[in-house]
Amino acid sequence: MTTVATIDEGTDTPYALSHLDSLESEAVHIFREVAGEFERPVILFSGGKDSIVMLHLALKAFAPAPVPFSLLHVDTGHNFPEVIEYRDRAVARHHLRLHVASVQDYIDRGVLKERPDGTRNPLQTLPLTEKIQSERFDAVFGGGRRDEEKARAKERVFSLRDEFSQWDPRRQRPELWNLYNGRHAPGEHVRVFPLSNWTELDVWQYIAREGIELPQIYFAHEREVFLRGGMWLTAGEWGGPRENEVVEKRRVRYRTVGDMSCTGAVDSDATTLDAVIAEIAASRLTERGATRADDKLSEAAMEDRKREGYF
Amino acid sequence: MSTTTTEELSATTLLRFATAGSVDDGKSTLVGRLLHDSKSVLADQLEAVEHASRSRGQDAPDLALLTDGLRAEREQGITIDVAYRYFATPRRRFILADTPGHVQYTRNMVTGASTAELTVILVDARNGVVEQTRRHAAIAALLRVPHVVLAVNKMDLVGYREKVFAAIAEEFTAYATELGVPEVTAIPISALAGDNVVEPSANMDWYGGPTVLEHLETVPVSHDLAHCHARLPVQYVIRPQTAEHPDYRGYAGQIAAGTFRVGEQVTVLPSGRATTITGIDLLGKPVDVAWTPQSVTLLLADDIDISRGDLIVPSKDAPPTTQDVEATVCHVADAPLTVGHRVLLKHGTRTVKAIVKDIPSRLTLDDLSLHPLPGRLVANDIGRVKIRTAEPLPVDSYADSRRTGSFILIDPNDGTTLTAGMVGESFASPEPVKDAAEDDGWDF
Repeated sequence: MTTVATIDEGTDTPYALSHLDSLESEAVHIFREVAGEFERPVILFSGGKDSIVMLHLALKAFAPAPVPFSLLHVDTGHNFPEVIEYRDRAVARHHLRLHVASVQDYIDRGVLKERPDGTRNPLQTLPLTEKIQSERFDAVFGGGRRDEEKARAKERVFSLRDEFSQWDPRRQRPELWNLYNGRHAPGEHVRVFPLSNWTELDVWQYIAREGIELPQIYFAHEREVFLRGGMWLTAGEWGGPRENEVVEKRRVRYRTVGDMSCTGAVDSDATTLDAVIAEIAASRLTERGATRADDKLSEAAMEDRKREGYF
Repeated sequence: MSTTTTEELSATTLLRFATAGSVDDGKSTLVGRLLHDSKSVLADQLEAVEHASRSRGQDAPDLALLTDGLRAEREQGITIDVAYRYFATPRRRFILADTPGHVQYTRNMVTGASTAELTVILVDARNGVVEQTRRHAAIAALLRVPHVVLAVNKMDLVGYREKVFAAIAEEFTAYATELGVPEVTAIPISALAGDNVVEPSANMDWYGGPTVLEHLETVPVSHDLAHCHARLPVQYVIRPQTAEHPDYRGYAGQIAAGTFRVGEQVTVLPSGRATTITGIDLLGKPVDVAWTPQSVTLLLADDIDISRGDLIVPSKDAPPTTQDVEATVCHVADAPLTVGHRVLLKHGTRTVKAIVKDIPSRLTLDDLSLHPLPGRLVANDIGRVKIRTAEPLPVDSYADSRRTGSFILIDPNDGTTLTAGMVGESFASPEPVKDAAEDDGWDF
């Protein structure tokens, strides 16, 4: 009839890499390309698991030399204290330089206005893009993954942004083989996503394999939370609960770490990495669907924010 | 999946594959079913698709909305760009480059195929092999995708008849073999009904081969490294200059092909200086041997001048260096590529100035005929070009190495990626060349 592949069970030769090794090798290649081609790269570092994995990969890519990039944190002013503490420890331990773009600063100066719904996530874009311009960063690493959201599924590994940091999905450069094109004009920059091809599960498996330390809020713990918009938010000075919202103590953990006003906790008993991985493998909800309020605003919410310069 | 242990999940391999199919061949349904039946579509995603489908007045959830992520795509109901999708089974993890089928998006199929180990080409069992099928086969052959799957879809609409499938499979296989496709696996399916996608079909007991998913799970992803020329494009020189490592000097890069061993004699191109590998660091950990596509750091015996853009190769197996590159290219930019065009050429980690000396021919994908001396290539055109580079480049034939035989052309003015290039002879095809005037090594 026709040619049919000869299939033996377990055909992969000893030279096949495990999927985590393939992803790690690809990410390291991306870090080294940027180090070789750009003048002033910076890693966006939020203290969340994706940026922690990015930093870990960067440390491996240049070992035994130090990471040739500085870090940039967009501080919404509504951060989890555990995460800020982790951030500062990581910076000190690896002798890195940290830049901070502060949303609170912009609000205090009257440049940005607090939104009625209290979320500060959309307010991050201006401090981020102004910091990129003022520090003249030409490559900005983000921990974005294509599996997170359907607009991100269309994102390139090297994504050119104009002088207003805008993303134009229809004018993206085709990305062929592993020949990344980082050419840009002065004032433009390139957003670089070394974790593009990773899934949430890959990130957790890699964290387990490499023994990477995480902020404790990723593991189940007792926390005072209240329900808003179908999500368990942490009570705090940032603006919750309101009068009709009731605080209760629940056993929860976080799947993502972002602004406290829009990042929800999930009920969980997972106190170890293995338990977290088992929980995610069995989950019927995506990371963002479970925990991010801002993505639910409209069908194209992420695309619209990305166009403006958000990650 | 929840019954699988962490260890089992980590040990799985990764397969990158691409899909190709015409507009109504059922590509979205196949992709949707693979994602759905491997439980990779989660409840909130499905809910979002159902909600969007309802608000457009559709009765059933439109699975194409899972992959068409851009506003413009949803508005027009077509896929305009490559979308990358991720799913996993206990045996393997998959990266799917979901590429649009329209002829005007040839460049996107080239993009998806450039990193794929396998391409699934869909045909409608009622229509058989059509122009678009041949075009997809030609691109898979041109990009040298190692494995091609022909999925003969909508078998339910032809009464699940073996004869229909066998005729299409035979015609396609003959055509693909002529193009130089090394391996074709033909599978009769119904993406809509689920026959032979994930579960074997009860309606086609005459078919003894694997289902689509079974094939994706078992097809080998590693190459026979014994026959590969080892190549390491130097990306970055690692020099800590710290008290702990005062003399460390490592040449970092991702192995593009083959294997490297400690003790091996190597040559650095284009300078041609030879030395010996004294150590290999695999991300901080010393190893004796490393292979593609690992990212490594090589330590060498002699302190010779090596920088980003150089290529380290075994001394006994060095490629020639040349300033005259002949290649088959796919033009991917909106502005045309013309003879005399001054460009930048990125090959491996090296970017050099170059000039387009000649465009001997352009290919018509519909019938694989050649148009001599077209003068220019426009978006989605595939053609032959001759390029003169400002510096000598160590290039392999694309047939030997997809990594060191490929390059991109870049517009020096605005940085646009212009063209995807594949060095050397094109894929073999005895397809008669329509224009007798054309006789310069172009061998479609």
